[in-house]
Amino acid sequence: MADDIKTLSTQLAQDPHSLVFLRLGELLRRKGQLDAAHRVARTGLERHPHNSDAHDLYARILADKHDYERAFDEWDMALRIAPNHTGALKGLAFLYFKVGDITQAEAHLEEARGVAPDDESIAQAIALVRGAVRAPAPAPAPADAAQPVAPTPAPPLRASTPAPEPMAEPTVPLEEARVFAGLEGAQEGLLLLDLAGRVLGGALKDPHGQDVTEAVAAYLAGVSQEAARTAKLLGLGSWSGLSAEGPTGHVYLTPPRADALLLVVRDRAVPLGRLAILAQRASHMARRWLEQQA
Amino acid sequence: MTATTGYGRALDLITRVRGVRGAMLVAGDDGLVVAEQLMEGIRGSAVAALAASLANRLRRAMDVAGVGGPMFWHLQGDQGALLVVPAASAMLVVAVTDADVNVGLVRLELLRAAEAVG
Repeated sequence: MADDIKTLSTQLAQDPHSLVFLRLGELLRRKGQLDAAHRVARTGLERHPHNSDAHDLYARILADKHDYERAFDEWDMALRIAPNHTGALKGLAFLYFKVGDITQAEAHLEEARGVAPDDESIAQAIALVRGAVRAPAPAPAPADAAQPVAPTPAPPLRASTPAPEPMAEPTVPLEEARVFAGLEGAQEGLLLLDLAGRVLGGALKDPHGQDVTEAVAAYLAGVSQEAARTAKLLGLGSWSGLSAEGPTGHVYLTPPRADALLLVVRDRAVPLGRLAILAQRASHMARRWLEQQA
Repeated sequence: MTATTGYGRALDLITRVRGVRGAMLVAGDDGLVVAEQLMEGIRGSAVAALAASLANRLRRAMDVAGVGGPMFWHLQGDQGALLVVPAASAMLVVAVTDADVNVGLVRLELLRAAEAVG
């Protein structure tokens, strides 16, 4: 295994943009070199942010490091990119199992079994979960035999963890025109989402014309809560906006309500001050629309 | 000149601006405080961790949106603000300010400090 690690490290050094980091990170993880695995996975993820396997690998390493909340985020992200990713489904099932949400654990495993019916580890995990329903298991079992997550007592995930509600109706993305009708640039560069990163309205395209709505929304899940916590901790009062300059564009985030987040993206030609005004107008419209939906 | 002194001088650039409550250098990778000059009562380590986490989410979202990683960001509250500039070394230069601070001036000093820390 040490030779494999050396070989893969050399390959990665020769071609830092290759996907070799996936195998190297997994090998390091299995060998228990979690810090090294973490570095490899994180660097790989920065180079391949849309790769679901990269998020899955990173999540497994985080789970091994007992950082369950971030592991949840990464598996959640993997699923948003690849909804049938069995590794992510099993990983989330494991985390739900750890916090005692047997219903969600079983639902995720059943979904994984639907994708990979021949995967015996899934059937075993389902049996374990169902066994836990009949008689609580003394220790939770990893959902994936390849995931040696320590079977320690479950630390509760924070209340802010974006766990889906089983009974909640799915949120259907709406045409941006219905939310932002009449607003400058309403056809692009405006995005309204809920706290779990689900799109409520609007759309985003990158400079190449590719639709990046879902991916951006997923990355912004949790930003509102973090901004609120930061503002509270620093005595800044209620947060009203977060503006940022990028090399080729500006973005502005604002919470129309406590349960929603609005993103406005414009190129650098639009000054941040003007962007803030535009965002506040859009926020007002979004708030009105949200109230109408209640 | 020691590294600590260098960091201290970089933070001095920021804290001398009227309305700045404090400044910090934060390791962007893990959210740990590298250096700080904060008013009493501000929990530097917690702020650093949250600032790094926010910076990370923002960077990912902006990268995917195609506008590139943030060069400067500004969290506005009704009683103050948090302003952040990432340095080349992946460190974050952070300022905590009053609500009525001259944001443009603080931004310039943050950029200078970021250049100084490399």
